[in-house]
Amino acid sequence: MTRPIDLDTQRFKEIVRGKVRDGLKKYITQGEILGRQGREVVSIPIPNLDIPRFRHGSKGSGGVGQGEGEAGQPVGQGGDQEGGLAQPGDQEGQHIREAELTLDELADMLGSELELPLITPKGDSTLKTKKLRYNSIRQTGPKSLRHFKRTYKRALRRLIATGGYDPLTPVVIPTHEDERFRSSSEVVLPHANAAVIYMMDVSGSMTDDQKQIVRTESFWIDTWLRSQYDGLQRRYIVHDAVAHEVDEDTFYRTRESGGTRISSAYTMAQKIIERDFPPADWNIYCFQFSDGDNWGEDNTLCMQKLQNDLIPVCNLFCYGQVESPYGTGDYLRELKKIVSRFENLILSEIKNREGIYESIKTFLGKGK
Amino acid sequence: MATSISTHRQLPAELREIQLRTEDYARSYGLDFYETIFEVLDLEELCMFAAYGGFPTRYPHWRFGAEYDELVKTHMYGLQRIYEMVINNDPCYAYLLNTNMMIDQKLVIAHVYGHCDFFKNNAFFSHTNRKMLNQMANHAARISRYIDRIGYEQVEQFIDACLSLEDLIDPHSVQIKRAPDISAMPHAALLRDEDFEYLATEGRFPSKGYMDQFINPPEVLEREAKERKDREVERVKKRSFPEQPQRDVLQFLLQHAPLRDWQHDVLSIIRDEAYYFAPQGQTKIMNEGWASYWHTFLMTRHGMNDSEVIDYADHHSGTVAMTPQRLNPYKVGIELFRNIEERWNNGQFGPEYDNCTDMKEKARWKKDVGLGRQKIFEVRRIHNDITFIDEFLTPEFCAQHKFFSFAYNPSADQYEIASREFDQIKQQLLTSLTNHGRPFIYVVDGNYRNRGELYLQHQYQGVELKSGHTQDTLVNLQKLWARPVHIETVVDDKPTVISYDGHSHQTKAMSAL
Repeated sequence: MTRPIDLDTQRFKEIVRGKVRDGLKKYITQGEILGRQGREVVSIPIPNLDIPRFRHGSKGSGGVGQGEGEAGQPVGQGGDQEGGLAQPGDQEGQHIREAELTLDELADMLGSELELPLITPKGDSTLKTKKLRYNSIRQTGPKSLRHFKRTYKRALRRLIATGGYDPLTPVVIPTHEDERFRSSSEVVLPHANAAVIYMMDVSGSMTDDQKQIVRTESFWIDTWLRSQYDGLQRRYIVHDAVAHEVDEDTFYRTRESGGTRISSAYTMAQKIIERDFPPADWNIYCFQFSDGDNWGEDNTLCMQKLQNDLIPVCNLFCYGQVESPYGTGDYLRELKKIVSRFENLILSEIKNREGIYESIKTFLGKGK
Repeated sequence: MATSISTHRQLPAELREIQLRTEDYARSYGLDFYETIFEVLDLEELCMFAAYGGFPTRYPHWRFGAEYDELVKTHMYGLQRIYEMVINNDPCYAYLLNTNMMIDQKLVIAHVYGHCDFFKNNAFFSHTNRKMLNQMANHAARISRYIDRIGYEQVEQFIDACLSLEDLIDPHSVQIKRAPDISAMPHAALLRDEDFEYLATEGRFPSKGYMDQFINPPEVLEREAKERKDREVERVKKRSFPEQPQRDVLQFLLQHAPLRDWQHDVLSIIRDEAYYFAPQGQTKIMNEGWASYWHTFLMTRHGMNDSEVIDYADHHSGTVAMTPQRLNPYKVGIELFRNIEERWNNGQFGPEYDNCTDMKEKARWKKDVGLGRQKIFEVRRIHNDITFIDEFLTPEFCAQHKFFSFAYNPSADQYEIASREFDQIKQQLLTSLTNHGRPFIYVVDGNYRNRGELYLQHQYQGVELKSGHTQDTLVNLQKLWARPVHIETVVDDKPTVISYDGHSHQTKAMSAL
């Protein structure tokens, strides 16, 4: 049965997606709930539409709060937030919006929010794994695998059949013959492995803000790919004029100065692939983040390496350019020249934090 | 349609028994409520009812869908829980969530009886429609009919425009007569015939004939009559109306805007619903405080068994928990009611107590007068949040609960703690509660510049309007009024008029006009 509320919800979603009532688009607010996954705080967007009303602005406003603190201590951000007493809602018992989430849930949400297609892995014919599945029943087995319900059912059946069952004192004791056990059989599953190589420019022109964007974005990419593959291996490369393979932690913390030579990172990526991930068995993903600054004469070498060595072996090669106050962003232009020739080369420009979702969608929207 | 509004499921026997028991206890302590009908809903149904403001049937509109979507999502990820919903209606309808633990259901049932008592007895609810369940279904049917006739998009757009103005009502108008009403003159029956002459002239105070020349001195009457006449001449010249600035902008639009039949009806529906919901906003702290007071009282005395104490304590503390630096109406309400009860039990009121300057003695003050319970019942009858805070908030209470006031600091773009002084906290709290912290907007002239333009005035009280929203609201207002619309307000500390003529906005400083 379709309930009226479903029609309302559907209508609302159409408005948010801009399919109908285009004029309302500017009123879309990006509410969010915060999810916590280990150390990471992730935000789950909850869009809504703001109906314009005569309202007080921030200037000159205030309110009353409860808690510790000295005069002058900040209690909240200005901007859109309404000052004053907590706005009385119609519902009861509202709590802070912060949730503990599992990675699976996150990936689900990401997938449904961004409408990401499921990935069709390559290499499924070469690697297989055997797994045990408990999918049948037998009459012998260890006690730990005893199927409780079936055992008692059989016992009950036997009791009723022999007339030993008294509904007023329903005592059912299974005998050895009643016992049933779970039994396993081997199933062969195709095993898909994926390797992700992250490359980041850590030259002086990348600021902490940009690194934060890269960090958030790569977290989401990880989450999604992890949900799509049985095993996910990650490698991290940082580079300025020379490239280094580093661990995850260093990747996000390193701060170098000096010039940029992107080709050095490509060489390193190529090395890693050759060493660890034979392309025939692995789904390889490369994500490169940079502010787009590169030494001019290096560009030719980069294009060469990219076209000959990297793109052919990767499922996807994604280049994300974060906007930086210092970077010129030339490199993106170079890549744009060749992008039409490769289906698995994807470019994205990430202007600010809000651009992250859009960029993930661009990267993973092809289902590769 | 009108009859099939509720799903009317039989309450499970166990809950039914709890309900009856709680109801008996509630009555025995003096709570007084309409018949209360509980229904058990699953999560999606509960979210749907919540999105509909507690009602099973509302007119089709996307904002209910938006609300529903958010509720379901936040519920699924365990971010938020709706424990209960109850609507102000006769009979009261209350909804329970089927997955709640038994102790939650008990708590909710007790809480609901607190609300029901409040709905029935608080003065600010006395004018609300107690058959709102039917009325809402009726509204839904009417709007659905217009949708069939006019088209979904058109009706929806018009509703959107109306919602933009939804809160421009006069919540006190149901209790106050704004216009003089001659038939209500007191003691009219005692007067002699010649005394009725002055009923013809306004501005007279009622008086016995022999006192009349003192109470209504002829020269004053004459002066006032002249002033009135001048004003009248002026008014006729300007052809402006209404006579007095009118706060119920929606009513003004209903009376004077060039609306089609269906538009008129839709706007009146929006207005009716706004008036129905207004008292709930006016009494949020009291209503939740009262219900929480009673659920604690009933639960701790009669409600639970030993195994449920921990869960009860957990859920109760969740309800009244302070989120850091935000006021929780449940918490403020219940504490203030308890505080009042304690003060009136111990005789901590009246001039003797107020004039006592010895703080130590004040803190120790204990006279066994035992008027507490009686007092809080009186308070729940006659107060709303503003008068409740104004009358009963004490410096001791503020200090004990660590209240502070905060203010916006434009240079840092953030809110900062401004003060811990009682006077400032109280003043700030009252300001936030006044009209929900929303601006006061009046219709000043419906024939501005003698061109049929609409002129609104924002009563500036130190906080300016949010600029983008103001312009967009004017656009929606213009859709209803059809002629140019203006609002007088203050922008960057200067009196300013913002206008919209159907094509573009204009912002003019007042001095330039």
